[in-house]
Amino acid sequence: MRSFTPKALFSLAAVGVLALSACGEAPEEEPEEDDAAAEENGEAQADDNSDFTACLVSDAGGWDDQSFNESAFTGLQNAIEDFGIESATAESSSDSDFGPNVDAMVQQGCDLTFGVGFLLEDAIDEAAQENPDLSFGIIDSTLPSEPDNGKPLVFNTSEAAYLAGYVAASMSETDTVATFGGIQIPSVTVFMDGFADGVDRFNEDNDADVSLLGWDKEAQDGSFSGDFDDQSAGRALTEQFLAQDADIIMPVAGPVGLGAAGAIEDDGDAKLIWVDTDGYESTDYGDIILTSVLKQIAQAVYDTVEEGAAGEFTAEPYVGDLENEGVGLAPFHDFEDEVPDEVKDKIEELTAEIISGETVVESENAPQ
Amino acid sequence: MSTEKKNNDDAPAAPGGALKEAESRLHYAVRELSQSSWVITLLSVVVALVVGALLILATNPQVQATTGYFFAQPGDFFLTSFEVIRDAYSALFRGAVYDWQAATPDRAIRPITETLVNAVPLILAGLGIAIGFRSGMLNIGGQGQIILGATCAAFIGYAFNLPVGAHLLLALVGGALGGAIWGGIAGVLKAKTGANEVIVTIMLNNIALYLLAWLLRQQWFVQTGSNQPIAAPVEDSARLFGLLGTGFRLHAGILLAIAATVFVWWLLERSTLGFEFRAIGENPDAARTAGINVPKATALVLIIGGGLCGLGGAAHLLGTEYRLGAGIAGTLGFDAITVALLGRSKPLGTFLAGVLFGGLRAGGVLMQAQTGTPIDIVLVLQSVIVLLIAAPPLVRAIFFLPNPDGTAKSPRRRRLKDQQAAEAAQEPAPTQEVTK
Repeated sequence: MRSFTPKALFSLAAVGVLALSACGEAPEEEPEEDDAAAEENGEAQADDNSDFTACLVSDAGGWDDQSFNESAFTGLQNAIEDFGIESATAESSSDSDFGPNVDAMVQQGCDLTFGVGFLLEDAIDEAAQENPDLSFGIIDSTLPSEPDNGKPLVFNTSEAAYLAGYVAASMSETDTVATFGGIQIPSVTVFMDGFADGVDRFNEDNDADVSLLGWDKEAQDGSFSGDFDDQSAGRALTEQFLAQDADIIMPVAGPVGLGAAGAIEDDGDAKLIWVDTDGYESTDYGDIILTSVLKQIAQAVYDTVEEGAAGEFTAEPYVGDLENEGVGLAPFHDFEDEVPDEVKDKIEELTAEIISGETVVESENAPQ
Repeated sequence: MSTEKKNNDDAPAAPGGALKEAESRLHYAVRELSQSSWVITLLSVVVALVVGALLILATNPQVQATTGYFFAQPGDFFLTSFEVIRDAYSALFRGAVYDWQAATPDRAIRPITETLVNAVPLILAGLGIAIGFRSGMLNIGGQGQIILGATCAAFIGYAFNLPVGAHLLLALVGGALGGAIWGGIAGVLKAKTGANEVIVTIMLNNIALYLLAWLLRQQWFVQTGSNQPIAAPVEDSARLFGLLGTGFRLHAGILLAIAATVFVWWLLERSTLGFEFRAIGENPDAARTAGINVPKATALVLIIGGGLCGLGGAAHLLGTEYRLGAGIAGTLGFDAITVALLGRSKPLGTFLAGVLFGGLRAGGVLMQAQTGTPIDIVLVLQSVIVLLIAAPPLVRAIFFLPNPDGTAKSPRRRRLKDQQAAEAAQEPAPTQEVTK
């Protein structure tokens, strides 16, 4: 009997909660859910593009990775809202899912299918060759056979990271800044290359001696947390950097950066530079985020879908850079007053230099 | 013969007592699994589908919307729920067996071939794990052995230029060898030093993962000229040839899986070596008394098991993936363990379990693409199936089935057994395999 009581209480509570939550009014207008609407997530709005279907296949990170999968997903959601298109998405749980997932999208009748991440390049490439009348996109990579119906969406983030490196070097009080990556892949190290060059530029221009921890551009070697999941690894790396006197740190590791943010918050004096999205808005650590290196995947996906829906899809690669604002530096937000005007002016100057080609941020990891 | 003296079983007498006990419980669980009936398996699948249906309902936005006004219009809730579940499970079935909504006849029968494609590595690796289970060894290292198998097969596949038949053969043999070496490390360590194979194989999984990550950053290894961590595609001459022509991915790996199933059956049920394997699984002391070279058999179990896992990795790479990336093994190694458990460590059972899991995977893709049901549901289905199979009394209780012993007092019997086990564990005697 004794064991019965808590169970009964729990059931009672559960039933009570369910009952309360179920007391709402029925919708006034019957939503008239016929079978077709049930299958299509009820997205068919009154727009004219409902015959266009845009689809997205993730890599193993999934749509909640706080990194490029999530950005691409956001871009698609925005496009759905604005253009009233149909959509389908598939998350891959392992590398062997890529081919079947892309194939499922093609069978679904997707007019435009994006693969997120370089790991999907083979799957997208193959599908593009087999289905010349459909369009495809690949994010953060190029397609080996360069088909006429496959658009690479790549980002030269080294340009924006260059600016971040300059800002970091100018704001460092200990003359030491640091960066680390998740995994050593080009789409990560391209950030680190640019950051390193930005720090060097500051040293050259001001005869300063700010040192960078965590990345050696020459040797292409540095600190990596090993994956894009383990926040405690990011925390441990950051604590090491802090112990070596670094006071501005740029983690290029998706959610692992949150571990770095935790360590920096505990430290009290150090600052963080976020990547991919504006960390001031996307994380809870706005008060320690000096700025963010933006990589506008969402916008690129949105634009490509718009082109596709309008029947203007081209296979011409989209290369996000400072000029087309596909990459950029986020506002300083809370640090707006602390960053000296001369640094802000210098950043604008550097931006203009990079856009004009006077300064070239070189990185062997940048998209060609 | 002299190695017989330093047998692993008398070496760790004092330390690791708790570990030993835990291990014998695991052995008990594995044996329990292999004894429960096919009815339980079937019912477990049914329960898993019901649990999966509840989760699909709980996460479906349309159903959530109707619960908001459940009391005003309960009919809506039930109708929507029915439609959602019907759509999800029919998509699962269409993705795994036969798609009656497909555009062409080819596409209609493609799902069953996809199921077999997914099943190939699961069956091969599952067999490797099953051999270990039958021999009383818990080989958790399928993942590492698959990685090594795929790595060796891939390297042979793109780094060498050989004639058609020989290239494929060499790549497959290389893959099996890679897995066998990785399993052999654990096997030899257990045979020579008594190292616990569970711990060693788990650690070897990690080592394999990082070894692959390191290799993928070496230009001499990947041979692509780019610094993306992905290797060059294997040559056509090393690929497992397709069986059904274009539009299908079904490859000769399925023949390999069938052959391996027959081989393992022969090995375990008909060969002397297999008898030795099973004997050391049942009771190593009795096996030794009967004149079996226990260390040698122990090492061979993990070498052969590792070889099969490696072959699974090789078939996966040479049959469908063609390019080696860091995620080549996915969760295959761990799925293979559940496949072996579900198959009750029998060759045919493992084959069928591999096909079932392959089907769930194939169907999950279509279910996700067409109905937006998260692919994770498939993982839940797999897990619930294995969970229930591991607890037959639970399934019997759910369906009011009688206890196979004819006595309805299983709890007391269990307690008695546990007590005996505890008493036996207290004694320093080496015979801890009290489970009868």
